Parts: sequence; C-alpha cells; structure tokens
Amino acid sequence: MEVTLTVNGAPHSLDVPDNALLVEVLRERLGLTGTHVGCDTSQCGACVVHMDGCAVKSCTVLAGQADGAEVTTIEGIGTADALHPMQEAFRDCHALQCGFCTPGMIMAAIDLVKTSEDLDEQAVRDGLEGNLCRCTGYHNIVRAVLAARDNM
Amino acid sequence: MAENGTGIGAAVKRKEDMRFITGAGRYTDDIDQAGQACAVFLRSPHARATIGGIDTGAALQVPGVVAVYTGADLAADGIGDLPCGWLVKSKDGSDMIQPPHPPLAVERVNYVGEPYGLVIADSLQAARDGAEAVVADFDDLPAVVGVATADQADQLHESVPNNQCYDWELGDKVATDAAFANADHVASLDIVNNRLIPNAMEPRAAVGDYDAASGVYTLHTTSQNPHLERLVLAAFVQVAPESRLRVVSPDVGGGFGSKIFVYAEETAVIWAAGKLRRAVKWRAERSESFLADAHGRDHVTKAELALSSDGTFLGLRVKTIANMGAYLSTFASSVPTYLYGTLMAGQYKTPAIYVEVRAMFTNTAPVDAYRGAGRPEATYVVERLVETAARDLSMDLAEIRRRNFIQPEDFPYATPVALTYDTGDYEASLDKALRHIDYQGFGARRAASEANGNRRGIGFSSYIEACGLAPSQVALSLGAGVGLFESAEVRVNVTGSVTVITGSHSHGQGHETTFAQVVSDRLGIPLDDVEVVHGDTARSDYGLGTYGSRSIAVGGSALIRATDKIIAKGKKIVAHNFETTEDNIDFTDGIFAEHESNRSMAFAEVAFAAYVPANFPLDELEPGLSEKAFYDPGNFTYPAGTHICEVEIDGETGVPTIAAFVAVDDFGHVINPMIVEGQVHGGLCQGIGQALLEHGVYDDAGQLVTGSYMDYCMPRADDVPSFTVDTTVTPCTHNPLGVKGCGEAGAIGATAAVMNAVTDALGVKSLPMPATPETVWKALGSAG
Amino acid sequence: MYQFNYRKASSLEHAADLQANAEDGVYLAGGMTLIPTLKQRLAAPSDVIDVGGLDGLRGIDVGATVRVGALTAHAEVAASAEVRGAIPALSDLAEGIGDAHVRNRGTIGGSVANSDPAADYPAAVVGLGATVHTDRRSIVGDDFFTDLFETALDEGEIITSVEFPVPAQAAYAKFPNPASRYAIVGVMVAEVDDAVRVGVTGAGPCAFRSAELEAALAGGLSVSALDGVSVSSGDLNSDLHASAEYRAHLVVVMARRAVAQLT
Repeated sequence: MEVTLTVNGAPHSLDVPDNALLVEVLRERLGLTGTHVGCDTSQCGACVVHMDGCAVKSCTVLAGQADGAEVTTIEGIGTADALHPMQEAFRDCHALQCGFCTPGMIMAAIDLVKTSEDLDEQAVRDGLEGNLCRCTGYHNIVRAVLAARDNM
Repeated sequence: MAENGTGIGAAVKRKEDMRFITGAGRYTDDIDQAGQACAVFLRSPHARATIGGIDTGAALQVPGVVAVYTGADLAADGIGDLPCGWLVKSKDGSDMIQPPHPPLAVERVNYVGEPYGLVIADSLQAARDGAEAVVADFDDLPAVVGVATADQADQLHESVPNNQCYDWELGDKVATDAAFANADHVASLDIVNNRLIPNAMEPRAAVGDYDAASGVYTLHTTSQNPHLERLVLAAFVQVAPESRLRVVSPDVGGGFGSKIFVYAEETAVIWAAGKLRRAVKWRAERSESFLADAHGRDHVTKAELALSSDGTFLGLRVKTIANMGAYLSTFASSVPTYLYGTLMAGQYKTPAIYVEVRAMFTNTAPVDAYRGAGRPEATYVVERLVETAARDLSMDLAEIRRRNFIQPEDFPYATPVALTYDTGDYEASLDKALRHIDYQGFGARRAASEANGNRRGIGFSSYIEACGLAPSQVALSLGAGVGLFESAEVRVNVTGSVTVITGSHSHGQGHETTFAQVVSDRLGIPLDDVEVVHGDTARSDYGLGTYGSRSIAVGGSALIRATDKIIAKGKKIVAHNFETTEDNIDFTDGIFAEHESNRSMAFAEVAFAAYVPANFPLDELEPGLSEKAFYDPGNFTYPAGTHICEVEIDGETGVPTIAAFVAVDDFGHVINPMIVEGQVHGGLCQGIGQALLEHGVYDDAGQLVTGSYMDYCMPRADDVPSFTVDTTVTPCTHNPLGVKGCGEAGAIGATAAVMNAVTDALGVKSLPMPATPETVWKALGSAG
Repeated sequence: MYQFNYRKASSLEHAADLQANAEDGVYLAGGMTLIPTLKQRLAAPSDVIDVGGLDGLRGIDVGATVRVGALTAHAEVAASAEVRGAIPALSDLAEGIGDAHVRNRGTIGGSVANSDPAADYPAAVVGLGATVHTDRRSIVGDDFFTDLFETALDEGEIITSVEFPVPAQAAYAKFPNPASRYAIVGVMVAEVDDAVRVGVTGAGPCAFRSAELEAALAGGLSVSALDGVSVSSGDLNSDLHASAEYRAHLVVVMARRAVAQLT
C-alpha cells in the first residue's frame, strides 16, 4: 500500500507492505537508523519518535496509521553544529553511555518537558517510565532533563 | 599526572557522544550488506527433548526462503562445538566435565530457546514464515530445573554423571574447621543468589559476509571482544583461519558480560554466509535475548562465619551450588570459582577460609559472567554474613568491620584464598560513606518512618573485587585457555595527529575519550588530535576485549607502554636533528628540548621529521613514528569501597523504596571522574535491580516465566533514587597509571547493601531475593 | 507479524462493512495491545480495520455526564481540565495508564473493548457506573465485562463512547505491576447517586464491583469504615508478581488509599 508522510520536514510517498511498522519504514526505507528497536513488547522506548507532535513508540504504530503524519526522529531535532538543548544537556550531563536507548530517551524527554509544568526530579523519573536504560542508572539522565528544562 | 583541562583527571565531555545524540551511531543492526538475506533461528519449545527428526520440506516451499540449515548441516561441514575457555579441576584433581555443545542442537535440546536450526530467506517476513513451516519431531523428557537437587535428577548429558560439571575447593579445610571448633559464635546463612538476565538494551545481532574472490569472511557482530570471537571461530569452531576471518564489533549497545561470549547465532550466521556465498543478517528479538543470552548469578549457598565474642573473624566456610545452565558458556566455569571463591576474604583479615563449589547442569539457559561475575555473589555472601554476625552479637555495623579490616600497613596482604591485595584503605571509604549517609541521624529517620506506619532499615556493604583481568601466568596456571594481556598501538600521523588502536572494546564505557585523555596527556597534544580505534580485528593486532573492569588497568597500561616508546623514538629523532645524543633530550608537555640550550622541537615537528627522513642514519634510525605494546599485568587490581543503603518499607503494601544510597569507592587514580561516576551509577542500578526487582524464573517444566519486560522487572527511572557517589584514592602499586577499574563496583557492592537494609528494616535474618513487595509483605507478617 | 490487509475505515458504516466482508477482521484503534499481539504472531487476522481516523469518535463532552469518545487518547483525558473539574479520579486514572507514549496512542475504547484484566479503565467503568455506547446500543457498565478478555460486545460491534456519571466524589488508587506497570490491583471508590460503588481491576479475571467493600463503605466514605474488612481471595488472580492472597490484601489497602484521598 501507499503511504505518504513527512519525516523531519521532508515529504515521502512509499509503497510498503500492509503490515509494515513505522519504525521499519524509518530505518529500512528512509535509512534513519537513529531510531532503535530494543524490545518486542512496546516497553523499552528505544524507538520513540514524535508523530504529529506527540511522543510515540514507532514499533507500535503501523505505517498505515502514520499515513499523512508529520514524523520527527532523532535525526530531525538538531545537528552536530546546532544541537537541540536536550541533546546538549545529555552530552553535558553524561546522560548516555552505550547510546542505544539515547535517541528514544531524548525524544521522550523533549515531549516530557514540552507537556509538563513544574517538572521536578520525581516528575522526570515518573515521566520516563516508558524508557529503559541499562547503563546510566538514570541518575544523569534525570539531571540532563532538568537542565534542558531550563533551556528549552 | 598533572590535572589540566583535558588530561588525566579531567571530567572531559565524551568524544563519542556527538554521534549517539544525533542518531548517527552505527550499531550492528544499522549495517546492511548488498544482497543480504535474513536469518531466523529455530528454537526449542521444550526444556528437554530428543529430536526425532526435522522436516524442512514445507519451509523450503515458502516463497523467499533460500535455505534451512540444522545442526546436522553444520556438523557435516566440520563445524565444531562452542568451547568453554577455562578449565577448572575438581577436588580430586580430575578435569571438569565439558559436555558437547554444538552451535545448533543435533540429537537433543536442553533448554527452552536452544537453537536447532535456522531459516534464511530474502526477507525477514519470509524467514519467519519459513521458520513456522518447519516441523520438528520432539520427544519431550522431564526437565531438570532446580539446581539444588540436580544431582538427584535425570542425567542430561551422557558424559556428565549426576549432572555435576566439577566439585571445586579453595582454602584450608583443616584450619577452617579448627577455627569453627574454637569459635565463640557462628553466624550462618542460607543464601539464594537469584538468576539475572543481562538485558543490554541492544539485542545481539550479526551480519555475516563472505567474499568469494578473496575467500575472506567478515562478521559484524555485537561483541565485547572481537578478537576472542575470531579466535574461537577460527581455532575451535573452524569457520576459517584467522587470516581470512575479520570480526568487526561496531558501536555496541551495552554488554555487561553478555556479549563476551561466542554464541551459536553468530557462529551459524558467518558459516551460512560462506555456505550461501551471500551476506546473512540476524537480529535477536528481545524475547530471543531473554531465552538465549547467557544469564547471570544463580547460586545456592550455605555460609558460616566463625567469630570470637569480641567480633573478631576466625573462619569462613562457604558451600555453594552454582547453576551452569544446560551447557558451559565461554567463561562459565571460572565465574563461581576463580572470580568467586578467591574473593571470600573481602576486606577482612579472616585467617582461615574454605570454599567448596559444585557446578551443576540444568535445563536452563547457560549461565556465565554478568556484571561483576562471581564477585557480586562473593560480596553478597561475605557482607550478608558480616551484618548477620553484627546483629547476632549486637555490634555496630561499622565497628564490626573496623575490627576486622585489613589495615593500610598490612599491604601487600596475602589472603587465605590465593590473592595478594596490593593496597587499600578500607576505613577511609567507610568513614566517608558514614558521613554521607548521616549515620548518626539514622535513628531519628527510622523513628519518623515508624511514626508513619512504615519501616526503615540501613545496610552496609564493604566490598572488594579483583579486576584488571589478568596476570596471564596466574590465569593460565588456573586453567585459562588464553592469555589476558592487552595490546595498544600509537600511530603518530605525519602531521602530528595520533591514531590509537586498542585491543579493548568500548560498548558504553567511553574509551574514545578516556584513552584519548591518557595519550593526549602523555604526549602533550590536544585531545582533539587523538582518535581511538577499537573493535575491528583488521585494524588492531590483537586484543582481549572489555570485561572484568580491565580496560584502563590493562589496556590503559599497554597504552602507556606504547606512548613511552613513542617518546623514546621521538628523542632519537630530535637527537639526530640536533646532532646530539638522546639522553640530552627532554620531553615535556609536547616539546622535545635539548638540555641547557634553547633548541627544541614540537611534537608535530618530530612527527613530520619521522616521516620525511631527509638524512636519517638508516642503520640506526628507522623512519616513521608508530609503536605497539602488549601489557601483561603483574597482579590483579583491587577496587574496594563501602556502599550504604537506607530503605523505607511501606507498612501496608510491603513496597521497599531506596531512601538513600551512598557509594564510596577506591578506584585508585581516575582518568575521567565524570565517566567513572556514570559507571558507578549504572552498576548501582543493576545491583539494586538484583536486590529488589530482577529475577529470571523458570517453572517446573523449564519454561521461562520471565521472558519479556512484561514479567522480567527491569529497573526504571522511578525505581531508583539519585545516588551519592564519592571516592577515596590508594593508587594501584603495579601499573603505570595507578588505576584499578570501575566498571563493576556498583553491581558488586549494591546488592548486599540493599538486602542488609531490607532485612534490617524487617527485623528478619534473611529474605529471598529479589525483595519484591509480596515477599516483603509476607515478612511483615500480620502487620499487613 | 503475519501478513494481513490493512483497511482504513472512513465511517462507522464503512468499518462495519469492512468487518462484515473480512474473513477474520479485527478493529484497530490506538493499537497499544493489538500491535504487540500481532508482532508476536499471537493473532492472525485477515484484515486489520483501522478505525483511528473516525474523528467523530474523538473528544470529550462534559456536562451532566462526562462522555469520552472511544478514540480519545488517555493523554487527552489526563490533560483535560474539564474532566479534572468533573471527575478528578478519572483524570488521575488516565494519567497512570501505561507510560507517556502509550497514553499518547492508547484509547479508552480500545482499552475497554479489550477487557484486559489488568487495564485501568475497566475499574472506572464499573466503579463509576459508566455506560458504554456502541454503534448499535448502550451497555450498562456493570454488564460490560464478562470474563478474561471477554465483553458484552457482539461480533463487529464498535464502541463509540464511554459515558461516566459525575459522582459526588470518587478516587482511584492503583498498585502497579513492577515489571509491566499494568494494575496488579486498581480500585475506584465512588459515591454516585447517593450510593457507594467500588470497582476493582487487576485482581480478578475481569473488572468487578466488590460487594464486601461497598457494604463496608455504605455508611459513609471513611477510612475507618474499612478497618478489619477483608475480601475473599478465592476468585482472584495469582501470578509471579502477586498471589491471590496478596491481591486480596491490596484490594483493601488500595480502597483505603482511595478513600483517604477524599477525606
């Protein structure tokens, strides 16, 4: 089937299988391999992207559901020369180690800051419950989100 | 070791981060080869069964399916067993028994998820459809699940009577029994160290390729040690000779031990690529990771500590049954022995120790090294016992430790269990931890919790670990199959930038930064001029990879050796240029200068001169500036510290919450404190996870009950607190950087501290791990 | 996933039509349960009929009742000031479902239709005495959940909205599964039309009202009214994370915590 979607500002029309997932379209068809797949039960959050402005697990969205949507991935929020404040904060606070959960974590964190008022440490911890990290113990991720909160 | 902006000791931001935060990391699953096919593994649904036959006919009819291979196909091609690299001898001097471990099961399967074949197709969809169309005829047999009774159960492997791999001992039994006979008090505990499933966030993956023109195999895979992978595939499994086998381990998304090992899947994938003369790719589904990654821990132990009435430790007796799972994984045999029994002295002068370990086979996934590997299990035994003894004798938790600590003047200290600690100051860490936790204020905090109907407890863990694996002589004498040195190469490029090639491997540890800091500091050149290369057998001579907190202690030391050679060669070049001798040349902060003259050359000038050897005396001075070193450590390193945990328990539901966690660690000198703190945080989270959340559970039929994140409880951001992390420093005495390693400390120390705190809060002697809400609630008794 | 036909419904009638003509059709709303099920090949529908584009099933209408369109995402309910004004317990419940990303996609209709024994919304449906409206009829909340993953819905019937009466007071307390974060026990305590209702999810094969707790609280919503009260563990779920006995205990504790929020 044909799906049309805008990814990081660029329009795409693609012929995909009916059972294609958004994450497969991003990774395999558009080469946007920054979005990762870490589980098969919609728990880990490594695949989080923004769809029409909301954080979603792209492993749990059919391509057909994303037809007509605006999708933003980790590749679309900033560049090495002009990092998004959340990317900057993750680097400054050493909020990543192996980097595998990082794109989903950053995308989730941006959405969290955007949709929250009075974000404190506990609210950040609660708000990141959909993203697993095995390296950092979350300590520096929480610091990074709180730091970016003040710069976004 | 002067601290400067980017040198040794500076909290430099990581060089590798830019690609990870922009989505430009390159993990194995991001790599596609032209024309690649996709592989899906056939996995046993049974814990134990004989394979009557495998009908692949229907699968081969599925459109897109290219091939279906089974264990018989690999065997027919001469593909050998997956070996275990460490020989352990039993008490009676006999070798451990290593049952056959074909990469793909041939006659029988021995755990749920064991691969017995693979389907290769043009697309993943077709490969999955093909896999479903394979009909295997299994004859189901009763599963052996419980490790404590495995010796009484059905025999799993023809060559392994009583399912016992080995029955090992360490220490002086007679002296230890005598210590117990003369003791005023004996503290004892029955301990189960729960099985964990590593769960690096990146599932394992492999892309195998074969170039028919050159005969070269290339395997991209998620490995912590690509050279070992290549060695095993070449020498033991015999896929191809090392000269025609390249293993690349690109960005790897965490390992924690689980990616050290040589697994069936990578082996079958690279073999199949050669067979089909076509690239083959496999990526584990998370559910496969749960079933088929090597698991960790899983011990049943009886432990006793003999004391005099004043709390002096007299003897320690430990009897452990260790679960190996169905087969011996790559390093499995060493984990409950050399990495466990040898750590039973802990930080204490216990004069007599005797440890017995029986390793058993069961119908469960193989068990091997997981963050800490043996040392968390040892710390758990020692520190739970110490705290039990303190409670038995009504002694203060700090006091009982102080009374028994090895003192700074005792080093080097030979323990009764084979190790010689080089240095340490255990009271310094303890004192600092006590200040951070506000030990004096605990009573008031406990009273406040109780006033709210809750419970509060405090627990310590004064752990030690042996890291920096390993002095090869010691390792080889203990049965290791390989040396455990490390290699480094420092290539100075013509214009003065430096390429560092290390045999260590970074899968989150930040070597691209830390190693660059070391070289930049030593050579006096900007950090940005140093690039670190790792993870590719075609680019580095050799390497033993990263595990056991060895990278900076062993790999970093190799790096120092190589930079020393660079400086020596540079001096020769400068001496030649200035027509003097090299002992007249000093090297400081990147400048080669002649004594008592104003003549000097900057590092970049020397590099250029090395590659533009206008008038070198070629019989004395070769062109070029590139040096290699192999470093074999003289001893292990001994990071140690004290962790203190305070928990609050909900009096109604039993939910335990970490109220505060302090970790004070002595890692010797630290290259990048930011990275070191991050390593500690992550380790603590995994240690807390073991204590409160994580448990790999099989049912009686050998089915994995915790096979997904729906049931295996991973620590999330709201399960852990912010940590208080601090350090003390006693530099390692036998490596050039004075470093000890920091990768595992958190996971080694934390678990015992948490469980000591939980049992303290509950006023119970022991509690099964993990201390889930229901487990705790039951221990609260009728209070609920 | 097995292969299937993806169909996008353009109207309720179209959806019904697609369903009627499918060999084995299944409706897709947010997909938070269905897609993982499909990915693990635990279901093999011939057609996946996406009703997610039916904007008429979206939105919140607060008046004498709170009517939530079937396709309204949990995040929308959680963020709605109107809902919070009328039934704060419903906002709290929605705010605690799954994680942020699940709440952005998951819908009330999908949640209710699935009758997952550990889902949160069913506690609100029975606890508040909601009415489930479909393309064919209206179903009383008490009659909606019939068993494990079973509801009163007929083949092909589509939920259009869930309508909650505005209670005099209500509160929800949840004990999450530490691994999945679904409810091990979730309890909605409400006073609706002068009667006390207690809806329980997570504990049994499907959401139910607790007669024991309603009786105990009939005299008034006070924590002390629950002193010494227990519920039978006989019909409750038991699994790795919580035995029936522990669940029975938690039902009372969560009820107490819900009531405590009101006083």
